[in-house]
Amino acid sequence: MGLTNEIIRQKLTEKFGEAIADFTEPFGMLTFSAPRELNLKVLTFLYDDSDLGFRFLTDLCAVHFPNQKDKELAVVYHLHNLDQNVRIRFKIFAPISQPDVYTATGLFSSANWMERETYDFYGVNFMGHPNLKRILNVDEMDYFPLRKEYPLEDQSRIDKDDEMFGRGGSVGFGNDKNRQGTLTEMEKKHVGDEII
Amino acid sequence: MSEHHIKLPEGSIEKTTTTLNLGPTHPATHGVFQNILELDGERIVSAEQTVGYIHRAFEKIAERRPLYQITPLTDRLNYCSSPINNMGWHLACEKLLGVKTPKRVDYLRVIIMELARISDHLICNSIVGVDAGAYTGFLYVMQYRELIYEIYEEVCGSRLTTNMGRIGGFERNFNDIAFQKLEKFLSEYPRVLKEFENLFTRNRIFMDRTIGAGPITAERALNYGFTGPNLRAAGVDYDVRIHTPYSSYEDFDFEIPVGTTGDCYDRYLVRNQEMWQSLRIIEQAYQKVQEFKGAEAEIYHADVPEYYLPKKEDVYTKMEALIWHFKIIMGEIEMPPGEIYSAVEGGNGELGFYFISDGGRAPYRLHFRRPCFIYYQAYEELTKGSMLSDAIIVMSSLNLIAGEMDA
Repeated sequence: MGLTNEIIRQKLTEKFGEAIADFTEPFGMLTFSAPRELNLKVLTFLYDDSDLGFRFLTDLCAVHFPNQKDKELAVVYHLHNLDQNVRIRFKIFAPISQPDVYTATGLFSSANWMERETYDFYGVNFMGHPNLKRILNVDEMDYFPLRKEYPLEDQSRIDKDDEMFGRGGSVGFGNDKNRQGTLTEMEKKHVGDEII
Repeated sequence: MSEHHIKLPEGSIEKTTTTLNLGPTHPATHGVFQNILELDGERIVSAEQTVGYIHRAFEKIAERRPLYQITPLTDRLNYCSSPINNMGWHLACEKLLGVKTPKRVDYLRVIIMELARISDHLICNSIVGVDAGAYTGFLYVMQYRELIYEIYEEVCGSRLTTNMGRIGGFERNFNDIAFQKLEKFLSEYPRVLKEFENLFTRNRIFMDRTIGAGPITAERALNYGFTGPNLRAAGVDYDVRIHTPYSSYEDFDFEIPVGTTGDCYDRYLVRNQEMWQSLRIIEQAYQKVQEFKGAEAEIYHADVPEYYLPKKEDVYTKMEALIWHFKIIMGEIEMPPGEIYSAVEGGNGELGFYFISDGGRAPYRLHFRRPCFIYYQAYEELTKGSMLSDAIIVMSSLNLIAGEMDA
């Protein structure tokens, strides 16, 4: 035993200096971020260093933060040192206009599909990936559905003729009288301004 | 004779391998996914997997749903052991919300989770038998999976996609019938499992079919992100229940069985041993549950009115309860902001929930770490150079569940 968050932090700062930033420990898991061009260097260091030995890639996914200018997409790696049983979380941020990130498939075979999934849903371009194509969605899809600009359908929308599925059925049946004049912007777009 | 030959376009090379589609709807896939195999005779030259046929966008849907409406989504990941997924999700929520569960709840959860593990492994191992040509084992054990499902039914009312439990505990206390059925299971199941092992473990045909089929070294398995029984069959004793105990697993005495070669036979043996260990855990947990007497035996949830639905009688008679009921049902409870990763040992390995909350009513981002999805990519490496019939058995012994792969 003995690998503590403090030691990991010191080692990283020693090696990469100021580049590694945003150290936090939410619920005890050491979390930090690095510039995106360093991701592979940091991962390799974490993998190879005899004291750190983070050789198990638990999880890889992306998160979209539309309000962070030029840092819209975060790629999150969860790494695990199985010997010492320590987990860490490592993030890099990429601009959505050019989300190029180096692939980790050279280090972890498991990254292959996880990166494909991340590409599929967020459009993160993993440079050097052997087979970067969609995995869960259809190949013809031309957008990245988990980005925040694609909201899920508003469940209260009333323009859809979905009576059989319990939606939209109340239109024109008198149930919607109290809603007059209280149309949301989205509904206005769908049904126009006329009174329903 | 040359005039009978098919005329190929100039410069084309005659293909010497056969392409075979295993799936998407093939009886051997036991789920909707596809393997495109290139065969040289009966040897596999390459395999390409296609997944995503039942992708249901759970991660996107979850971004609009309050916590309780996400539980049914988790049911549909690994539907052979949905209670583990439910409990795993509730544990993740509890970690974020800072809910502390009473010991009795932990033990009841352990009972349910281990029952689910048994039913998961039971199906997997008996299906390995079916794919090797032995249907009998599958039929023998099915009765006991049925009994497990009956226990689920007593606890939560449903069988396959259970939607079991609440944040902080269970929706109701276990009734007497549930405990009676559990006792029946504990007394009868060891005999059946023994019989199942007698059918397979030293069966010459079964051994010949599974030993050496789809082996993987510990190093490769780790690199491929294997977890659960498949990793342990390769000789790595990693188990979330031991490494990061949740739900009071540290109170129980059990072993982690490991294999050596990581082939189908070892995977089979590890799963069988895990069923014995699960039985051990259930026995201990049941004993601990029985030690609670009087008012303590009535505890089945934590006291967290913000997240746990009030009793129906109270909803009809008390204002406070009605307000909480309404707020919870309508999803009007705001969560504290935070970022957590919480994992449980699912039927197939480490089932993780990466959960980011921005303080809203639904998760800002929810990612499921699905063990099946991660280890299925090793399939080509496992089967390359082996016979077609081995490829089938590797598929079933990896316990590939389409629901978990696609999320």
